[in-house]
Amino acid sequence: MEKRKIKFLIGSLVIVASIAWLGFSGFDESLAYYKTVDELKLMKGDAYDKRLRVAGNVVAGSIERLPGAVKFRLEQKGDILPVSYIGKDLLPDTFKDGAQALAEGHLTRHGEFEASKIQAKCASKYEATYNTKEGKS
Amino acid sequence: MLALVSDFGQFCMLFAFCLSAYAAGSSFLGGKLGNRRLVVTAERSVMAVCALVTLTVGTLWYQLLNSNFGLQFVAQNSNRAMPWYYKFGALWGGQEGSLVFWCWILCLFSTVAVVLNLKKNRNLMPYVVFVISLVTTFFLLVNNFVANPFDMIGVIRPGGGPATPFTPMDGRGLNPLLQYWAMVIHPPILYTGYVGFTIPFAFAIAALITRDLDEEWIRTTRRWMMVPWLFQGLGILLGAKWAYVVLGWGGYWGWDPVENASLMPWLTGTAFLHSVIMQERKGMMKVWNMVLILSTFLLCILGTFLTRSGIVSSVHAFAQSPIGPYFSSFLLLMISLSLYLLLTRLDSLKSENRLDSVVSRESSFLFNNLILLASMFAVLWGTIFPILTEYLVNEKRTVGPPFYNKVNVPIGLFLLFLTGVGPLLAWRKTSMQSLKRNFTVPTLVALATGVVFFAFGMRHFYSMMCLILCVFVMCTLIAEFHRGARARRRQGESYWEALWILTFRNTRRYGGYIVHMGMVFLFVGFAGAGFNQEAQKELAPGDSISIGSYSLTLEQVKNADNSNYAAAVGIMTVYRNGTLVDTLLPERRFYRSSEQPTTEVALRSGLKEDLYVVLAGFNPDNNKAIIHAYLNPLVSWIWMGGLVFMLGTMICLMPDKHERALHKAALPSEVEELAKV
Repeated sequence: MEKRKIKFLIGSLVIVASIAWLGFSGFDESLAYYKTVDELKLMKGDAYDKRLRVAGNVVAGSIERLPGAVKFRLEQKGDILPVSYIGKDLLPDTFKDGAQALAEGHLTRHGEFEASKIQAKCASKYEATYNTKEGKS
Repeated sequence: MLALVSDFGQFCMLFAFCLSAYAAGSSFLGGKLGNRRLVVTAERSVMAVCALVTLTVGTLWYQLLNSNFGLQFVAQNSNRAMPWYYKFGALWGGQEGSLVFWCWILCLFSTVAVVLNLKKNRNLMPYVVFVISLVTTFFLLVNNFVANPFDMIGVIRPGGGPATPFTPMDGRGLNPLLQYWAMVIHPPILYTGYVGFTIPFAFAIAALITRDLDEEWIRTTRRWMMVPWLFQGLGILLGAKWAYVVLGWGGYWGWDPVENASLMPWLTGTAFLHSVIMQERKGMMKVWNMVLILSTFLLCILGTFLTRSGIVSSVHAFAQSPIGPYFSSFLLLMISLSLYLLLTRLDSLKSENRLDSVVSRESSFLFNNLILLASMFAVLWGTIFPILTEYLVNEKRTVGPPFYNKVNVPIGLFLLFLTGVGPLLAWRKTSMQSLKRNFTVPTLVALATGVVFFAFGMRHFYSMMCLILCVFVMCTLIAEFHRGARARRRQGESYWEALWILTFRNTRRYGGYIVHMGMVFLFVGFAGAGFNQEAQKELAPGDSISIGSYSLTLEQVKNADNSNYAAAVGIMTVYRNGTLVDTLLPERRFYRSSEQPTTEVALRSGLKEDLYVVLAGFNPDNNKAIIHAYLNPLVSWIWMGGLVFMLGTMICLMPDKHERALHKAALPSEVEELAKV
């Protein structure tokens, strides 16, 4: 192979390899398992020591704002998970009773979920009340 | 009357679907058989479809402005209390309306493309019309049969029987988070970007089908690529502005799947706009450019699929909906078509030149493309990772912002470096002498800035690197303008006159430099993120919170209710180093019809930093206001960068002196040709 081509090849390889390396290290840092509350219960012991993102509905009336933490319960298919949010960011406006929430963090040994980040979507209550023709929504 | 208009809209939409399907078929046949009259009917159909879809959109607006809540789409996205401009904007607030709107922009683009090419690119046009009509037909199919905005609300009685129409007293209202000025213009601008990429795609496919792969089509395509690229870029920035001002979390970019979806085609578009220069100047990278055009469009469809099928969870995503399978089938069809055509035409896309030196303009383009694509792949990988793992190992796994940042921050810095270096390298091979001449001063100035920053106690590595590179790139750009102006001044022009003439004589080159300046501004803004500060505290009236050199005192909390929402406003006086500088009014609203609380951020924005204050709520025990304050340095540079980027791209789009000369030369011959006919 010509010398010139080798230079280009080496240059490109160095770039691609360093980006790939960055990718892999960042990947491990932020890899999280996405589970709904009922799926989390099925994991049992496997759930500890893992970064998790747990989805469920906020149980109405369960939100308690304490100094330094916000406690609430998530529900999915009858299973309930107590959550303690200890993150610094503001809770999103959409986080309220009945909202679909996504808590990111880890499960402690006492069965409480410690979340550092919460995302929430408002429950689509209109979509539930209007029955539309042919079930479209 | 309302129902009649609605039926009329429904009819227009259905008719448009039929005509569009006809246009696709007849243009393809016309092209294959060489039948010009068939092609002409197809082109006229494209215009008719545009008129019909315009009427459809008009009737939908009529329904929204007149609050016809009998339509499900209107009831879900509008209500009586909303001001008229949000009712107008509600068209793109929901799935069905935004798809119609999307289709309308596509029709407008198609019509412009057809009209501008009535005399040009005649061999390509049958297939261009074929591809755009195919895409239009697909969107109209979805709109007519899957996500129809004219669907009425029906009540299904127990015991069956046909549904009876039902009109609720009031609608649910546009999502309050979307009730913000940038949200009224952000979707149209972003859609214009997404949709506009269809036209270069159509030209690429047409060039592949006809094997007519010479210079002409790539010149047409470059300009058609630049317009949506501009809109896409602006749309992304407006979205960031919206996130910053409305969501109230103090940031502007969160690597959300929807943000990622809009960024990916912009990255490949950027790569194309650079590597196309290689094709025009040197006849190189032909396959590569083809791949970039095709993938830009495919990424647009992929992004639409991801955000609209409910397959990824995101703050922006539309609700779970049945359109997913349609989009994935369409995407597969388009990928197969592109791949098939590309692979069977490889022999016509051979490079005419080869690379000579690592330190050359060519290689800077090559590396620029390599890392833009690497960035795109990283974003793509992170975005579809949850879907892949769910499909492959039946367990959804996700990656978050640390992954994206870790990859994209160094890539961004490297790109910034290339922005400074690339344009000054010579084609083929750059001599040591020219390197010295061009880079000595910028390097010294940049290093000096670095030393000053360090002396002032700046320690954040990436931010400091970024600012140093920004200074470096800015110096090289200013030097370029200066050199050009000085050369012209010898002919007796004043310095500023020389700068002006220079820029408008060589719009591509100097417009490009201005776009690069816009990028420098953006990166200055990004660098600020390394120095963000935040503070939070519960305040009773009279209490203060301090952040940086600011101290904020909550004077009182007032109610500000209206028919759309209830609101509490905190009146806060801002002191800086002890002197009163401003009064900020963070607000918390509760929208009545959607029962949705929102925060209205109070912002004191400046060149140096933004003071960003949020009223997060009230502690139920002692009724104190919970205040979060953020100090975000340099953020306003991002929005300025957006304006400079827009200006630069618009200059790039103007014809330069070569093209004007070409145009003049072309006119008489065209007249002659017409005379012959």
